[in-house]
Amino acid sequence: MPRLALRELCAYRSGDKGDTSDVAVFAYDDETYALLVEQVTVERVRALFGAMVRGEITRYEAPNVRALNFVLEGALGGGGPKSLRSDNLGKTLGGALVRLEIDVPDAIAARRRPRPDVSWADAILDALPRS
Amino acid sequence: MADPVRLGGGQGFYGDSPRSVEGLLAEGVDYLCLEALAELTLAILQKDRARDESLGYTRDLPRYLAASLPAVIDGRTKVITNAGGINPAAAAHAAKETAKQMGLSGLRIATVMGDDLMTRLDPFQRETSTGLANMDTGEPFDALPSAPLFASAYLGAFPIAEALAQDADVVITGRVADAALFLGPLIFEHGWTPDDWDHLAAGILVGHLLECSGQVAGGNFSGEWWTIPEPWKLPYPIAEVTADGAAVITKPKASGGRVDIDTVRHQLLYEVHDPASYFSPDVVADFTSARFEDLGADRVRVDQVRGKPATETYKALLAYHAGWAGETRVAFSWPDAEEKAKVTAAILAKRVEMAGIDVREWSFEWWGINALGGPTVPPRAEGDEPPECVLRAAWRCDDERTARAVGRELVPLTLSAPPAGLTGMGRGMAGASTELLGIWPTLVDKSLVDPGVTVTVEEV
Repeated sequence: MPRLALRELCAYRSGDKGDTSDVAVFAYDDETYALLVEQVTVERVRALFGAMVRGEITRYEAPNVRALNFVLEGALGGGGPKSLRSDNLGKTLGGALVRLEIDVPDAIAARRRPRPDVSWADAILDALPRS
Repeated sequence: MADPVRLGGGQGFYGDSPRSVEGLLAEGVDYLCLEALAELTLAILQKDRARDESLGYTRDLPRYLAASLPAVIDGRTKVITNAGGINPAAAAHAAKETAKQMGLSGLRIATVMGDDLMTRLDPFQRETSTGLANMDTGEPFDALPSAPLFASAYLGAFPIAEALAQDADVVITGRVADAALFLGPLIFEHGWTPDDWDHLAAGILVGHLLECSGQVAGGNFSGEWWTIPEPWKLPYPIAEVTADGAAVITKPKASGGRVDIDTVRHQLLYEVHDPASYFSPDVVADFTSARFEDLGADRVRVDQVRGKPATETYKALLAYHAGWAGETRVAFSWPDAEEKAKVTAAILAKRVEMAGIDVREWSFEWWGINALGGPTVPPRAEGDEPPECVLRAAWRCDDERTARAVGRELVPLTLSAPPAGLTGMGRGMAGASTELLGIWPTLVDKSLVDPGVTVTVEEV
């Protein structure tokens, strides 16, 4: 059974409230959502973030949007206006979560998300006066 | 009475683009809701007000009003904003001045006050059921490290509805819950009552989707983000909400961006904690009850939202002074980029110690290695060396002078540090320092706050 990082299968969004960060991960279909519920546990998320999260981690399920929401307490170096971190608002923690790997059947591995094609941005940049 | 009511989300934070207003007004919205506040914003406003008592509101308000007041005077829209920040009276004054400068008259400006708890903090601390304990950590109020600089309760939507009932054209509030800016006009237009839990929850859900402006329409999108059309013309969202609470989320036709089931569901869970119990002042909304349907053509319908009774408390935010921070960045190239960055951080720390400069807290990040991902970044394979590394150092000191002194210890390392190839300090980086504020979230009894809430309407 293939083992894939969540970035191959899911979307994500994260943000802040005080020293707490909310990190949500979204499946595109019911089968993948069932795999998230089964394998993306609080224990695995705690192991992934390690010392980055000092407090409790809670997981909430939102089946209507095929998503899990993780609430990471003590995750932002004291909270937005106090934190010394460059990501003091937890905006990048969603990207960190989708490093987590899960086991998926071949049929779901075939639904891997495409990689970015940013040739349109290259075209814009190439047209600029640049040093 | 409009049915559906068309709401526009014209601002998602202090610093957003006032140009968004054009697209929304061209498309036609009954209410232009401008959400200007975040925890970090209140901290910025506190620093403004400490410098000048006539400040403490978001100072882009006049620019937003300049873009929208002509449509307001024509009766095409009304403006609702929490730009009042921690000084709504000053914001209302600025709004009146803007109207005067534009030669407008007959404009009715409402101010919602009563979120500011500072003058009543002592009796509230004694009388409120929570004792103003920190709601995140459980620490008692006595543990607040220094005297509060501001204390604001998150008020609900009913004072906004009341202002509209008094024929206000522009409603300026201080700290209200972000989504309340959108629920207020729905309460007014649809006649929803304080125990209409499902309708109030539907309005809060709509407000939650719209309050971060472009973020529901392709902004900060982690799906196939490179396929979002014309992201430099990212639209600001519109909701069409009927009296039964059902809504269609959409965007102006002449814009880039995208509204589909993915852009909408991602925003649904943004900063909500438990999606089955999203706490707002007026209702506890169950976002997991909502049903979404992609209608195509940048239209997503949401309905069947369920709500539970509101709690007896408001959330409130206190802030306290937490020292001063400075930061700098230095770049290193291959070979040994990461090791050079580490050694430079160590040298900086030793030099600061030798100079007798007192640093309370350090933060060292290795950009290009694991600055953002921290321990989630897997270790590199043996011999897999990064082509470059940026050391980003930040520090906290008790006062501004000390914070600045730390940065000055770094500059001589340009020529006098063992690691070769220190560069990229930028222009003036080492001198910057900012005040830090700690945030103390708490709960306060509504029965204590509500008697102080006022809605005043003035015509200019």
